Amino acid sequence: MTDSSKTKLLVSAIKNGTVIDHIPAKHLFKVISMLGLEKISNQITFGTNLESKKLGYKAIIKLSEVYFKDNDINKIALIAPHAKLNIIKDFKVIEKRDIEVPEQIEGIAKCGNPKCITNNDNVNTVFFVMPKDNEKNALKCHYCEKITDPEDMEVF
Amino acid sequence: MNNKSLISINDYSKEDIIKLLDLAEEFEKNPNQKLLEGSVIATLFFEPSTRTRLSFESAANRLGGRVIGFASKDSSSVQKGESLKDTIKTVNSYSDLIIMRHPLEGSARYASEVASVPVINAGDGANQHPTQTLLDLYSIRKTQGTLENLNIFMVGDLKYGRTVHSLLMAMSNFNTTFNFISPEELRMPEEYKMYLKEIGLKYYEHTDLSDVISDADIIYMTRIQRERFSDPMEYEKTKNSYVLRNSMLEGTKDNMRILHPLPRVNEIHDDVDDNKKSYYFTQALNGVYTRMAIMTSILGLK
Repeated sequence: MTDSSKTKLLVSAIKNGTVIDHIPAKHLFKVISMLGLEKISNQITFGTNLESKKLGYKAIIKLSEVYFKDNDINKIALIAPHAKLNIIKDFKVIEKRDIEVPEQIEGIAKCGNPKCITNNDNVNTVFFVMPKDNEKNALKCHYCEKITDPEDMEVF
Repeated sequence: MNNKSLISINDYSKEDIIKLLDLAEEFEKNPNQKLLEGSVIATLFFEPSTRTRLSFESAANRLGGRVIGFASKDSSSVQKGESLKDTIKTVNSYSDLIIMRHPLEGSARYASEVASVPVINAGDGANQHPTQTLLDLYSIRKTQGTLENLNIFMVGDLKYGRTVHSLLMAMSNFNTTFNFISPEELRMPEEYKMYLKEIGLKYYEHTDLSDVISDADIIYMTRIQRERFSDPMEYEKTKNSYVLRNSMLEGTKDNMRILHPLPRVNEIHDDVDDNKKSYYFTQALNGVYTRMAIMTSILGLK
């Protein structure tokens, strides 16, 4: 049995919608809040701490009747760079999509610098995504120019 | 660049920098040009400063401009809880140019997005102080005749010192060799060393000031602050090992000059002041010419 068919048994299938697979288990809840999934009324099932050859432990989210625009989904690339999107129709995968790291992210994450204007005044955060050594990304604040590590970033 | 504001030295290319330094040189030769006649310049200092504010105001006055503003947040409505945005929106309509110092990092960039007139960053917390960098570059070029291929020694607090970080970024355009001299706890941050490696510039690190400075073209001194040390004993041990004394200048190059953004505390001994290699007070004067150049160029008058 393949890795993916095992998880399909663990998290029940959806008829139509989107499956986000290969999320690092420790970032599941961050991904949920980044995508604002706690605020929607669609049926959502997820599983976490599932064994994965690539990630050690991974999480998977299945969203019934939810479809993402590229802009919306790409922001999770910072913490889940290997995530895969499967678009489901009639229980079948009709499209597979990789996630691309965006150049800029706005209003999603908090700047790690307590002395940054965005943490002290009512200012929306803007980060430029900088490629760091071996595929990890760093976020450079447009305002204070300090680097925030996506691993430690707080999501609004 | 946003509405021609000057926020970060990283917004300026090598060509932009050279153009401004040439213009500053013109002002040094002929400082009395009434280019700002009829203009109102606002200086908003939410944090105290001697040199930066006064040299901006001196530069504006010499150019015939009028200056309004405040020198501390206590004498403004910030005291009543006014937001930065509201302060800027208000001052915006009273002036043609805003010069701002603020303790929060990124405040200047934000102000430039809120204001419809240009903003000059006169220091935003530990982040940027681009007019200081430009006057440092002006001083280096004036004393060395060039910015290219110099050997620059940075001494003191290299971890938190915003002036050394900005100077490093700006000088990296000119094939500089860097020497960093600092206590272990205050070393140049990894990100700057990585950057130098990436662009292929040489740098060396030392923890001892005394015997390595003989091939320096510029020694850039900075203040070591007690509050930067996690261990106060460590501060007591190190505070006197990074003091430049006249006796140490023997054997240094003829063209070598000592710079310091000021204020100094004890890191340059008074006996250096009379040595012709000390340049920090002239450096402060150069701030006036540099700021004349910056203001007139931003307002499109030069």
